[in-house]
Amino acid sequence: MKALAWVYMAAAYVFVFLPVAVLVAFSFQDGRLPVPPFQGFSLKWYEKVLGDGDLMVALGNSLLVAVVSSVVALFLGFLAAHALARVRLPGSVLMRGVLIAPMTVSYLIVALGLLHLFGMVGVKLSLWTVGAGHVVINLPLCFAICFAAMGDQQKAAERAARDLGAAEWQVLLLVSAPMLAAPLAAAFFLSVTFSWDEFIIAFLLTRFDVTLPVEIWSMLRSGLSPATNAVGSLVFLVSVTLVVALELLVFRRAK
Amino acid sequence: MTAGVSVRGVSQRYGAALALDDVSLEIAAGEFVVLLGPSGCGKTTLLNLIGGFAEPTRGQVLIGGKDMAGVAPKARPTTTVFQDYALFPHMTLAENVGFGLRMRGVGKAERGARAEEMLALVGLQGRGARRPHELSGGQRQRVALARALAVSPDVLLLDEPLGALDLKLRRLMQDELKAIQRRVGTTFVHVTHDQEEAMAIADRIVVMNGGKIEDQGPPREVYMRPKSLFSAGFMGEVNRIKVRDGVSVLGMMPVADGVLCIRPEAISETGALRLGPARVRDAAFFGGYVRAHVVPVAAPDTVLVVHLPQGAEVQAGAVLDLGASNYVVL
Repeated sequence: MKALAWVYMAAAYVFVFLPVAVLVAFSFQDGRLPVPPFQGFSLKWYEKVLGDGDLMVALGNSLLVAVVSSVVALFLGFLAAHALARVRLPGSVLMRGVLIAPMTVSYLIVALGLLHLFGMVGVKLSLWTVGAGHVVINLPLCFAICFAAMGDQQKAAERAARDLGAAEWQVLLLVSAPMLAAPLAAAFFLSVTFSWDEFIIAFLLTRFDVTLPVEIWSMLRSGLSPATNAVGSLVFLVSVTLVVALELLVFRRAK
Repeated sequence: MTAGVSVRGVSQRYGAALALDDVSLEIAAGEFVVLLGPSGCGKTTLLNLIGGFAEPTRGQVLIGGKDMAGVAPKARPTTTVFQDYALFPHMTLAENVGFGLRMRGVGKAERGARAEEMLALVGLQGRGARRPHELSGGQRQRVALARALAVSPDVLLLDEPLGALDLKLRRLMQDELKAIQRRVGTTFVHVTHDQEEAMAIADRIVVMNGGKIEDQGPPREVYMRPKSLFSAGFMGEVNRIKVRDGVSVLGMMPVADGVLCIRPEAISETGALRLGPARVRDAAFFGGYVRAHVVPVAAPDTVLVVHLPQGAEVQAGAVLDLGASNYVVL
């Protein structure tokens, strides 16, 4: 029975990670196609990828969009959560619902809506428009995490700060935000990872400057190559690093 | 720094409930006033109105002669010590205590010196680099007190500051609180529902009930000469005997009409106001006194609580001839 449990666990992990393992393995392929048989170990595809100017520009774009859109989403989400946690307004339940609702809308719909909107208003597609799209999808997440983290202790400390002469911005900067450092960091890192490998919005809302997932997609159109595997491995590595950093820096310390 | 507080005809309405009903109270500069009452009596509401956390529906609050209408908590010459301490967990004790000064633009060196001075005042000298989570409940409350006093408020508001502490620690902190108040000379307005705590620290006790002030005065006066039945009962145990036209269940009673209130310790065999013979139902040794339930012979349905001297050796069934040395009729 115990053995069966181990087998089940192993099977589950294999199911989840086999595709990634295959992707990573064939990025080291010493040949022209990322398919079996494995013809020998080589780093040449990584060399090629890292030397590819377009790819490196796309990678830079992705990082920029991820960090900037996450900062904006976190800032807006934190302020909204702080206000709704503290002040009882008529309709505050509705406001919370509306803030979280975009989470349930598919990225494709969000992207189409934004595309239409930007077209109507006459905003040209750029990294800014992708960033705006990523704020739309990450704001609900940041709001929900911050809102859930605000408790009575938080409120009491803020009240004390006000009583001691702190202006509202000082309360936010010196008391609320530092007290919520862990959830704020969690929300930020999660937003960065979501933005980092998001494709549909990035695809529909860019034109000339593209993010990495979009660049990878255009590589794929010209056929299979171990180079695509190498890029995918790098993207995966960055995501894993972020998740591990989140675990070590935030969740471990929170315990 | 210290200032008086004037509360003039203040009412506070929360929806349909009247939390404060036309309350007026004058607090002198440097006075230690305790607002005492059961939960929901309006004492915390009154404190919040003085601190500026709420605006009265009607009436006026003046601090140091200045009308506080529309003045936010941060602009009032008051600071508050909260029941849940409300320390800043991400700051050291010195940073906590220096926070108010930082908000007032005081330089870092001066802040540090003042923080250390205030920590010393509450018996935590040299611990400025620690963080709140390293402290016990009593120590946290001391830090909260130091933090509130660091900005030299004219009036210090204490919202059940000892409520979260165990009894022994609470009694210890009361004495310290009183000593600190004498040293700094600041007006203290302290809210509690513990009448022993109130008597231990107050210059004046203000007994509140149902959004009104029932009684006020120095601890001795409020205890010995309460002005209402509620006040008499809230300040300590009391025997109540109805008197009408000079007659009570115990027989003739040469007092005014009303309810005769007698504290258990005021009843003895020598008391001047004779209550007549009574049979001891049970007696227990309480350390400082012997607590007994007695049933007057004249009124078998009445039970009186009596505190007899420590040395009294009474058995159940014994008959004592009792009198009251002290009483009020309300």
